[in-house]
Amino acid sequence: MTAVLRTEDLCKSFGGLKVTQKVNLSLEAGARHALIGPNGAGKTTLINQLTGVLRQSSGSIWLNGEDISHLPPYLRVSRGLARTFQINSLFPKLTPLEAVTATICERDRDSLSVFDRRLFPLTRRRAEIDEAYDLLARLNLADVCSRATHELAYGKQRLLEVALAMAVRPRVLLLDEPAAGVPEGESDEMLAVLAEMPRDISILLIEHDMSLVFRFAERITVLVSGAELVSGTPAEIAADERVQEVYLGKHRG
Amino acid sequence: MTMVTPPHITHLARRERWSRAEIAFWLAWLAVYFLLPKHLMFAAQILITGLFALSLDLILGYAGIVTLGHAAFFGLGAYTAGLLTKVGVIEPVLGLFGAALVAGTFGFLTSFLVLRGRDLSRLMITLGIGLLLFELANRLTDITGGVDGLQGIAVGKVLGLFEFDLFGKTAYLYVLVVSFGLFVVARALMTAPYGLSLRAIRDNQQRAVAIGIPIRVRLTNIYTLGAVIAGVAGALLTQTTQFVAIDSFGFQRSADLLIMLLIGGTATLYGGFVGACAFLIAQNWLSSINAEYWLFWLGILLIVATRYLRGGVIGGMAKLAALRPMGKKA
Repeated sequence: MTAVLRTEDLCKSFGGLKVTQKVNLSLEAGARHALIGPNGAGKTTLINQLTGVLRQSSGSIWLNGEDISHLPPYLRVSRGLARTFQINSLFPKLTPLEAVTATICERDRDSLSVFDRRLFPLTRRRAEIDEAYDLLARLNLADVCSRATHELAYGKQRLLEVALAMAVRPRVLLLDEPAAGVPEGESDEMLAVLAEMPRDISILLIEHDMSLVFRFAERITVLVSGAELVSGTPAEIAADERVQEVYLGKHRG
Repeated sequence: MTMVTPPHITHLARRERWSRAEIAFWLAWLAVYFLLPKHLMFAAQILITGLFALSLDLILGYAGIVTLGHAAFFGLGAYTAGLLTKVGVIEPVLGLFGAALVAGTFGFLTSFLVLRGRDLSRLMITLGIGLLLFELANRLTDITGGVDGLQGIAVGKVLGLFEFDLFGKTAYLYVLVVSFGLFVVARALMTAPYGLSLRAIRDNQQRAVAIGIPIRVRLTNIYTLGAVIAGVAGALLTQTTQFVAIDSFGFQRSADLLIMLLIGGTATLYGGFVGACAFLIAQNWLSSINAEYWLFWLGILLIVATRYLRGGVIGGMAKLAALRPMGKKA
């Protein structure tokens, strides 16, 4: 199997604090890979390095066989690396339709003429708008697509998080706790959305909700203090003593 | 029509369609030419200031870049247009292009300094650049005339055809045509995907990056465009008054501009024009009652506008319109 996204001895430190230590993560084509670990394990820091918001201290990141370690974030996006945010990071004053259409126009900007991008009104981009509308409809957002995002219910905003990332038409999707803050029982809607994602998208899921992780993931990596503790299938991880110690040890006493 | 337009498309199109209020707005400026022939110079000044405020709206309202030194570009445009006539380029439209080029180049180069920082450092850097240019204009008396300003500017016929007259008729129409033309361009940009990406950047930079918008490039771009339009506004003032005052570069001009835009309403395209109207007419009227108390009234106006009139005059009118949706349908 070929890795779609791979890190090679990735390290990051803030001063003396080592937040990522020699991480060799490998995401295979079509992967349903979960990244778990206790609070402060450095999961979000890792995501931020993958997307280019943070620059790694050493090591490298490879996307589809290309070294992207030094690419600016927006170029990583145009190469098919998209993410969602743990805490909603949306466009409060735009409507979902505007936000998703903006993403699609940005993705296709090289095929649009300068007039299309700059002078002709947005509604002339019917193909892009229709694609955005269809995507929103698939995520149950069609009925609120023309309302300002800040007016949307929290659960809808969580779905819009995913919609914006999907609009990039990603090869690799990084989901940073997609079910964060969603009340218990309502995370089923999110799981259904994730389960329906096409297999040509490889997914790295960061999640605290273990029921979601074990229902969704086919492979799990456990991160502790910035370093990889163990990787394996859900069954292997569930049976691993070191993992149990990390998650349960303190409570068992 | 064979197909019914879906409501979500209609919703998007609302932003793009020229509303009756917009058409009435521009027709009113045309009407001024016929109805207020004695006030054309003042009306032209309002239009020029409105155009200048529009340029600020593009970078502050749409892109969210705060600045206290926008007069730098106005001043550069004003002096360029003035100096061009001294070296023999007296045709005004050429003067506009020259001013646009100089102001735009300077805007592009300084954008890298300005965009680096956050809001507070942006305020300080733009303020610094403005002060720098003011002092340069002050010192280089041989070129700029120093504190006395640039005098004796002889402006030629517009396109070699229309001569500026004593009553300001040609000047007014010239300013109106240029302002409207640039407004149409700015409006097209803001309703295009380009404008949408700017609104996205202003709303949430972090996410804008994450959906693949090259924000640095986009902001440099709009900052440069803002500089170009400000430069043209400066050039228009030079050409219609045949004089460049050193306060073209002044801090007061940048500050007043910010006030006008806030009074009128940001990110509305019209806020600048409406604000310039309100500000200059109030200034004219109040200072004719008592020149010293103008700032007192301005202070009250500012507090009331920011405290009780969120979104400025335009925002207030939009709220009023929303209060009676029944009347709108009719």
